[in-house]
Amino acid sequence: MTSRNSKTLFDKVWNRHVVVAETETNPATLYIDLHLIHEVTSPQAFTELKTRGLKVRRPDRTLATIDHSTPTRINADGSRPYVTPQAETQVETLLANTEAHGIETHGWDSDNRGIVHVMGPELGATQPGMTIVCGDSHTSTHGAFGAIAFGIGTTQVGHVLANQCLLMPKPKTMAINVNGELPSGVTPKDVILHIIAEIGIGGGTGYALEYRGNVFEQMSMQGRMTVCNMSIEAGARCGMVGPDQTTFDYIEGRKFAPENFEAACEDWLSLCTDDGAKFDKEVDIHAEDIKPMVTYGTHTGMGISIDSLIPAAQSDADQAALDYMQMTSGEKIAGTKVDKVFIGSCTNSRLEDLRAAASIFKNNKVADGVTTIIVPGSVITKYQAEEEGLDKIFIDAGAEWREAGCSMCLGMNGDIGAPGDLVVSTSNRNFMGRQGPGVRTVLASPETAAATAITGVITDPRKMGAAA
Amino acid sequence: MSFEPLKQVTSKTLVLPATNIDTDQIMPAKFLSMTTKAGLGEHVFANLRYHADGTKTDHDLNSPEGQASQILVAGHNFGCGSSREHAPWGLTDYGFRVVISSEIADIFRNNSLKNGLLPVIIEKRAHDWLLDNPGADVTVDLDKCEVHLPRNGGTYGFEIDAFSRHCLMEGVDEMGYLQNQSDAITAFEASR
Repeated sequence: MTSRNSKTLFDKVWNRHVVVAETETNPATLYIDLHLIHEVTSPQAFTELKTRGLKVRRPDRTLATIDHSTPTRINADGSRPYVTPQAETQVETLLANTEAHGIETHGWDSDNRGIVHVMGPELGATQPGMTIVCGDSHTSTHGAFGAIAFGIGTTQVGHVLANQCLLMPKPKTMAINVNGELPSGVTPKDVILHIIAEIGIGGGTGYALEYRGNVFEQMSMQGRMTVCNMSIEAGARCGMVGPDQTTFDYIEGRKFAPENFEAACEDWLSLCTDDGAKFDKEVDIHAEDIKPMVTYGTHTGMGISIDSLIPAAQSDADQAALDYMQMTSGEKIAGTKVDKVFIGSCTNSRLEDLRAAASIFKNNKVADGVTTIIVPGSVITKYQAEEEGLDKIFIDAGAEWREAGCSMCLGMNGDIGAPGDLVVSTSNRNFMGRQGPGVRTVLASPETAAATAITGVITDPRKMGAAA
Repeated sequence: MSFEPLKQVTSKTLVLPATNIDTDQIMPAKFLSMTTKAGLGEHVFANLRYHADGTKTDHDLNSPEGQASQILVAGHNFGCGSSREHAPWGLTDYGFRVVISSEIADIFRNNSLKNGLLPVIIEKRAHDWLLDNPGADVTVDLDKCEVHLPRNGGTYGFEIDAFSRHCLMEGVDEMGYLQNQSDAITAFEASR
């Protein structure tokens, strides 16, 4: 095949979904295969439909759950302690809207309830070659399956509910090539934090990313989801990995897996980027250069390896970030005292993440004065972890084992830190005040978070004898 | 979801020079649990505008000049992070019609265009001038795609796709446009 006809994974999936082609004056009309919705970004869209007298065009291509505003504790009497009456109203509104429009909803009574980006893959609803949207920027997660998946605003949630289509200019493409052998103890979270530190928080703006190279080929689906999840933290709305046998093995047997599975796999394989296909930009990273990573500032591009010194500020903004974080240039980041540890979020709340954390908590205790909360990504993930006895390891160590949800990643449900707290978090954003006013967030892998919970200071998990 | 057409805006600017102002800062998560859009202007940049006890700070956003401004000038990479449309809803409810920066994040930019808030990405020289001259009387002309700076600051062009420009200038939203493509969508569904 000549390179002129060679196409990228992104181009192939995009081309399959163009309903009306892009022109000089109008964007493309792009068909959406799967629309995921949750309580926070959908109520105003349903109101808009009602105002205009419109119906949901394809309830069968829409899946709903509740995750952001849901409490992660249950009261002794079985009731749920919502942070505000408004939060409860928001959840009730989602349930009422989806019932009225005949949308499959994984609410309180479903074992598939959970973080929307955990639920989709667990149901097998997320598949290669699809276009997937959700009113949530971490929709990029689903790109791990070779889908074009990206976050949209509420106005566009309304567009997709009513038309199953979006108006979109085509983004540019960027290949992130990571080849070589990852050092022992380096996790997918470290890989993506390293990538973001390399290309910067705005480095992916305007691009669709494809993660390429043997490191991603050898990575599990859960690892690929962690990587694609944080594409948006480099400014890219979507990030993808070419579908392969690992992808197919994950999907096979799940609720929404195609009936003629072999034929589907053959088609999915054909979507991979052709040899010689041209990307608008390519970035090459050596796997050997990646170490366990943590962030030290107030955006995701401010990441360093855990064994390095806190960098000098290059600008007033950097200095303001260091001041907020109470970090000093030239000092080691390892050894910094922490107040809380959060293991969860759409980045790192899957069974593999919980197993990794448990391997470090086993036969250890959480340090005095460190509150550690562990929040599984879905009800099913919770049950699977409990079947393996992981909950017992966490509880014996002195950590809290919660109900599924987004929880402390953004703190909408009231799971937040106290002003000044340093939180080591397996989530995806270390923005000022995101985990509560004045809270300082350090992003890390589940392994690093667990090791830190035990020692009470930021700790390299490789020093705890963990090897991924 | 209609809005006032936007052709030309002349206003004193309000400047927030920080880089990478994310949508969590524009609209903190605790204000996302509403099921309507009403009143979000009160909460926009809440952490800058209110003390912990709810009293107002002396931030420019609380001054009469700030409240009257329709043009927000912000540091590089404005609007990164979460896709919450509550961010542009809050900014427009506060009174802004234009946001100018040297880079604006994709999802925020996209959400702004759908709510009558014009995102302008401008070259560094003009951006630097704007950051250095808070409160300047600036005109943003969407018809000509130009920003006019006062006091010999000069005139700078900016880019916007033709469709978004048309929608903003005419005050039309995309729902009707998509509804008109219903036959093409039905044909597409049948062809798969």
